[in-house]
Amino acid sequence: MGGIWQRAHVPSLAWLGVALLLIIFPPWLAGGYRIFQFTFVVIYLIAILGLNIVTGYNGQFSLGHGAFFAVGAYVTGALMFHAGAPYWATIPLAGLTAGVVGFLFAIPALRLSGLYLALATLALAISVPQILKKWESVTGGVQGLVLTKPHSPIGALTSDQWLFYFTAVVALALYIAAWVVLRSSVGRAFVAIRDNEVAAEAAGIPIARFKTLAFGMSAFYAGVAGSLSAFVVAYVAPDSFDFLLSLNLVVGMVVGGTGTIVGPALGAVFIEFLPSYSQDVSRAAPGVVEGVVLVLFMYLMPTGVAGFVATAGRKALSLVRRRTADHAAAGPVTPTLADQEPRAGPGEGG
Amino acid sequence: MRGYRWLTVPVVIAGVLLAAACGSSSKSTTPTQAPGGATAPAASSSPSAAAAPQCNKAPNQTEGVTATEISIGNTDAYSGPASAYAVIAKAEDAYFKWVNDQGGVNGRKIKFTSLDDSYSPPKTVEQTRALVEQDHVFADFNPLGTPPNTAIRQYLNDRGVPQIFVATGAATWALDHPKYPCTIGWQPNYQSEAIIYGKYLLANRPDAKVAVLFQNDDYGKDYLKGLKAGLGAKASQMIVKEESYETSEPDVSPHVTTLKNTGADVFIVVATPKFAAQAMKAAAQLDWKPLIIDNSVSVDLNTMKAAGAGADGVISAAYLKDPSDPAWASDATVVQYKDILAKYGSGADPNNVFNFYGFAVADTLVQAIKQAGQDLTREGLMKAADNMNYTSPYLLPGITIHTSDAQKDWAPIEEMQLEKYSVAKGSWERFGQVLEGAVR
Repeated sequence: MGGIWQRAHVPSLAWLGVALLLIIFPPWLAGGYRIFQFTFVVIYLIAILGLNIVTGYNGQFSLGHGAFFAVGAYVTGALMFHAGAPYWATIPLAGLTAGVVGFLFAIPALRLSGLYLALATLALAISVPQILKKWESVTGGVQGLVLTKPHSPIGALTSDQWLFYFTAVVALALYIAAWVVLRSSVGRAFVAIRDNEVAAEAAGIPIARFKTLAFGMSAFYAGVAGSLSAFVVAYVAPDSFDFLLSLNLVVGMVVGGTGTIVGPALGAVFIEFLPSYSQDVSRAAPGVVEGVVLVLFMYLMPTGVAGFVATAGRKALSLVRRRTADHAAAGPVTPTLADQEPRAGPGEGG
Repeated sequence: MRGYRWLTVPVVIAGVLLAAACGSSSKSTTPTQAPGGATAPAASSSPSAAAAPQCNKAPNQTEGVTATEISIGNTDAYSGPASAYAVIAKAEDAYFKWVNDQGGVNGRKIKFTSLDDSYSPPKTVEQTRALVEQDHVFADFNPLGTPPNTAIRQYLNDRGVPQIFVATGAATWALDHPKYPCTIGWQPNYQSEAIIYGKYLLANRPDAKVAVLFQNDDYGKDYLKGLKAGLGAKASQMIVKEESYETSEPDVSPHVTTLKNTGADVFIVVATPKFAAQAMKAAAQLDWKPLIIDNSVSVDLNTMKAAGAGADGVISAAYLKDPSDPAWASDATVVQYKDILAKYGSGADPNNVFNFYGFAVADTLVQAIKQAGQDLTREGLMKAADNMNYTSPYLLPGITIHTSDAQKDWAPIEEMQLEKYSVAKGSWERFGQVLEGAVR
């Protein structure tokens, strides 16, 4: 066994505890508007988690995950609007549809790498909202589809609180699923392909199969996130899924930490709250503030927040080790989570 | 065997997800659970409800109002692809500052909080909830765009917060007012404008053969719908060809050739500026000289210049005074607008019509607040908006802002005046009577 996660068990459990605390308490501490924001953090988290699988772990750069997000949202929107389907029942179908789209997209994309793949996915992100405007009988055109906001089945919870818990439970399930998959042989194959495709092929890993699988799985996550966003907002329209969404997901992934399992959570917080805070700084040009903050982040933490914390932790740890080395002979340092250097930039495109 | 092991991954994920979904389904069998069924967004084109629309759901009717202040909120696109429209909210802010320096409205000053939504509906929902739940605004005034406004309409109506004078040209704001009594539009909608063109043709060119070029989306189809309504029974006889184009096309000239070959003598251009200029130019190059009617979306002087000789004699319609038009240079309202903008607008361009639009709609809000009286409530403000008869000095002479509960007329502006472009003068000139294009 490669030991990718062996030493990571303890931190993982700690993270799980933190996650549970973050899930249980916020709705009781905040008003409806804040809960709505937290719900969107969770939704972004799922989408970034998916993007992280294909880009961070598999090294295929995608600038087009907003498209899969949109596909998921529209499957849910169309099912709820035209067929009166209950919101929760649409989620698996939304995820699977997006997953299939991602899988099919990945087959021709196998021939593309690095910047060329980024361009192809960019084209996807730009074209999907246009396509949604055309297919009016199903998508509602530019005006979109107005949905009914789900009510809370539990009397003690408001609709906002219920939706937060609901999305949080879905996110937790998907998080655990990603964690299980990424530490299995499949996850190791993803990483091997990212690190050296030729070597991976020589080792007998079927490259095409795993690359398309990574893309499909990643699109599935984005589709589920889109599905959740559809009924949380209670409205879907092409303008909800413009190119900026895809770009924001990439920003969230890179800021949080590419190729890490906690990164997406930090990245999701970043992309949800940065726009409103930068607006407080400058109402006239929030984009400039966002840009400056982003540059500072990348300059100070080139491996993302998760990478920064891990590196700092490792340095502290080795300092402690050096002191105790006088008393006992220190063995070779076992790889920790931090040794799996999160890559500053994905693939060749970085 | 090994070859298929990867299949377990999607199966595992699907299983986990289904489990999550089933888990929630077992919880959600309580009778209070709504089935998540669909609501029809714009089904009611027949305002059959007998009672006047009432925006009275707000538990606190005077939230955001104190003895000295009224808190008003709004969302606009300060970032993103539609950020050119942010000018409107900035102009409104400048106007309110001026109003406050004059003593406010009914002794209360207006506190205007405008937030960025990037024209993205989910962001609009988030920012609107911030305005309502955190800033406790009294009303959401002139938020931008049809999709963003559609996204927040149910929420604001559930809470009884006025969504007043929205900045979009869709017909739904007037037509669906009985269903959403807290929401009302302001500007003439696309259908109104097209009805006016139809009426003009019926009166002046009853035997015309009409060719239409339109953008293949809701905006283009709304115009087409209005044109047919305006032409009435003669629509199918007069319209000889409807040709649509996609925004992805580099050039619409081939469509113009098709339309020319129908032998039409009226050419209606329902296109955004770039394509409108191409179409008018192509007609001139093909030596096709029909009467061209160009939609008001594409009438700025740059577009008309780009159309070259094809722009001569083109007809369009307007409802606002044009601050860049020399004809209004000494008009008291335009002069005052320029003064206020220079003082409060931090360098805004007075010739940008969006600034003038912002002043005009903000002025209408001030009028509605005045009309609602000293005891300002949310219900009272909407009642005022539903019963206006206001001659706004920002509109062209003869055009008024009028709504009426009694007549079920909830489109504040539905009149326009035609104008003709002259290449030699490089400007538009208004002609004829003010025409009405009521959408019912």
